[in-house]
Amino acid sequence: MSRYVARRLLFAVPTLLVISFIVFALLDLAPSDPTAQLPLTIPPETRQAIRESLGLGQPFHIRYLKWLDQFLVNEPLNLLERMWGIEIGDSAGRLRVRSWATRAPVVDLIASRLPQTLTVVGISYIVAILIAVPVGVYSACRQYSIFDQAGTFVTMVGFSVPTFFTGTVLIVVFSVWLDWFPSIYDTTHRVTDLESLLVQVRQMVMPVMVLGLFNAAQLSRFTRSSVLENLNQDYVRTARAKGVAERGVILVHVLRNSLIPVVTVIALGLPTTFAGAIITEQIFRINGVGQLLIGAIEGGDIPTVQTVTFIFAVLIVAFNLVADVLYGVLDPRIRYD
Amino acid sequence: MSRLRGLILTTTILVVFATAAYAQRGADGELRMLYWQAPSVLNPFLSGGTKDIHAAAFVIEPLARYDDNANMVPALAAEIPTVENGGVAADLKSVTWKLRKGVTWSDGTPFTAADVAFTAAYCMHPDGGCNAAPRFENVAAVEAVDDHTVRISFKVAMPFPYGPFVGSTCPVIQKKQFEGCLGAKAPECTAQNFGPIGTGAFKVKEFRPNDVVRYEMNERYRNPDQPAFASVLVKGGGDAVSAARAVLETGEFDYAWNLQVEPEILAAMEKAGKGKVVSAFGTLVERLIVQLTNPDPALGDKRSTYQDGKNPHPFLSDPAVRRALSLAIDRNILVEAGYGQAGRVTCNILPAPPAYASTANDWCKTQDVAAANKLLDEAGWVRGSDGIRARDGVRLSILYQTSTNSVRQGTQALIKQMWRQIGVETELKNISASVFFGSDPASPDTYQKFYADIQMYANQFNGTDPQAYMQGWLCKEIPGPDNQWIGNNMPRYCDAEYEKLAAELAKTAGIEKRAAIAKRLNDMLMDYGALIPLVHRGEVGAHALSLGGVRINAWDALQWNINEWHRRK
Repeated sequence: MSRYVARRLLFAVPTLLVISFIVFALLDLAPSDPTAQLPLTIPPETRQAIRESLGLGQPFHIRYLKWLDQFLVNEPLNLLERMWGIEIGDSAGRLRVRSWATRAPVVDLIASRLPQTLTVVGISYIVAILIAVPVGVYSACRQYSIFDQAGTFVTMVGFSVPTFFTGTVLIVVFSVWLDWFPSIYDTTHRVTDLESLLVQVRQMVMPVMVLGLFNAAQLSRFTRSSVLENLNQDYVRTARAKGVAERGVILVHVLRNSLIPVVTVIALGLPTTFAGAIITEQIFRINGVGQLLIGAIEGGDIPTVQTVTFIFAVLIVAFNLVADVLYGVLDPRIRYD
Repeated sequence: MSRLRGLILTTTILVVFATAAYAQRGADGELRMLYWQAPSVLNPFLSGGTKDIHAAAFVIEPLARYDDNANMVPALAAEIPTVENGGVAADLKSVTWKLRKGVTWSDGTPFTAADVAFTAAYCMHPDGGCNAAPRFENVAAVEAVDDHTVRISFKVAMPFPYGPFVGSTCPVIQKKQFEGCLGAKAPECTAQNFGPIGTGAFKVKEFRPNDVVRYEMNERYRNPDQPAFASVLVKGGGDAVSAARAVLETGEFDYAWNLQVEPEILAAMEKAGKGKVVSAFGTLVERLIVQLTNPDPALGDKRSTYQDGKNPHPFLSDPAVRRALSLAIDRNILVEAGYGQAGRVTCNILPAPPAYASTANDWCKTQDVAAANKLLDEAGWVRGSDGIRARDGVRLSILYQTSTNSVRQGTQALIKQMWRQIGVETELKNISASVFFGSDPASPDTYQKFYADIQMYANQFNGTDPQAYMQGWLCKEIPGPDNQWIGNNMPRYCDAEYEKLAAELAKTAGIEKRAAIAKRLNDMLMDYGALIPLVHRGEVGAHALSLGGVRINAWDALQWNINEWHRRK
């Protein structure tokens, strides 16, 4: 197993380099101008001066190598320095990937966005799992029952209705009509006591439910089909023949085996938690990583787009590996060596 | 009786207390504002986006600002320098500002002329990428005469010397804080750019780029009973519709900025009775630019270039066609469908300030399809079997481009129908704003290249003086390959008369005389039909009914009088 992991990690290096090149080149070649958002009252000569101050005057390969160096060498060094409070070399003079819109280091921007993205999107993912697994299992055990039919209907609706629609409907119903929950997420809110925790819960309810239901729809379908497949296996008949109670058959035998593919699906979906749910973040103004990306795309802030996209790529490659390894760990029949 | 007296007494006490509370600094709690485009940086010199200029205007101030009627009012200056009070030199080549005395920065250090001179040095540095740099054009030197006097000298006579340090786009920053941030270092000063020290009513408490800004009142603000609010929250993100909802329907916020929302949606939300929609009109005009040169792809390098007038457009060079296109448009419908309170019909490219607005072109205010058809008939443009007019094998077929934006696409569709009535065929095209307004010389889709027959966008000028704006239609401003497609003269208009009059404007002092010349310049452009103005666009916002003191301002940042905002009791 460890040899397999080592081999996969080695393979990841050229993969990521190629991805970084494609991401950088695609965005660099795209016809976009960071000064396009400025008012037209700013004359072209000034725009040119601004572009040059952003480093756009240099040739493509220099900018690419500079970005790679800043992202792969300087930023990890900064991270190490901050974690251990030490200084490695000339840390003040080290160049960092800077956002064009805010002129601040992109990595700092991402770090400031991660907490809200992780709490909201992360919790919604957990909620989704908590809903999806029981619903999926129960639907499979009572195949074609009313519960199953209703579950199928709800998950289909949940899966097909986009979050920008459910989000707006929830806001209109629960914020405008009923006035139960705030429609705008306060990212500066700090949880210090029970009361502030309640405020935090209230402002998280709607975004978490929107995202949670959307993810749950997909996962519960997966769980249902996986359980169904296992229910017809010989080992289930054996267990029943031994006289194991139905409850035991399902919870001990079937569930454990049918969760193996579900776990890998969950692991593969995890990078999206870091990426944030772009649309939901926008609707509820949870200004997280997803909103950072959208704003940067709209504003022509190429360094931010490049960096965030590349971080997503790294996460996806990493979690693919995690999913594969998990599969091997959970299912003894699978051996990679 | 005694109960009544008691009631009166209580009311009186309440009123007294309420007034007292109003006059007390920080008594009104938190002001909550929504900017759906969130502020990215609090140094307006490095951004130029309206949202960033507004976010900075809470904190840093210019020497003078414009009020909501376009009058200049002193901010950090003691008075507005004029020729009469000796502040502006008789030869118009220098201006001397007297600064307000006793002003301190929020960190306690005194505000002096050295800060003003430093700000000029900061913005005029060639490597700084300062986007207020055009304000300092023609500035020879900015020097501190003494602690409270600054002299700005110009290279040429400036009949309107109020470019530098007037309005929120050009405020004064603190020398002590920004000293290490000159030139190429400017963008690296993240702490300074995110938390400028200012003289304004508020100071920055917390800034999360593209998300939230928190301000708290500046205890050292020069008016002891202001601001009424103890803190301000500016939240960003989302879209304009939900921002309007948060103020007008749920009442979670006090002010929502820039509500480019379909008019009927806003009107429906306003009925909830929690807030009020407000608008202000500056100089922003949504206009059609008429391509006067030939954009035919077959011309290769010469496409859309002026060539000393030897490359005329096949049909838009005919004045009758240009006039007919304008006559055929019902501008009232465009306003109603796309702008509501945020727009009004205009026939001028220079619609404001009021003294500068011409009335000579008001014929365009009413649509006249019959007259337009008659003009085209007389000019020899005959309808073919498909209803499209042609003359000598040239069909009136227009490629009409603009940036991607739902209101603009709606306007495009309406105008296409209106032109169809006079036998003009229109093909619509929209281009992403970051490409259209970008200036990549390699892209064929920029508004400077103008590879189309008609294009539409909005433009305006800073402040109240139109000189630089009107100079945009000089021959030398025509974009082309020899100047890397840089220039403001998109229609490729070139007229010796216009040049002469524009040069006269540059030497004339006195508001009335300047206004007369500016009006004539506007009328020349309108008579010629180089541009077809459509809608005078305003700025729209919404505030809660409980918020007092808001005077939405198209000439300066919304926050120009933030020190006067208060909670209505």
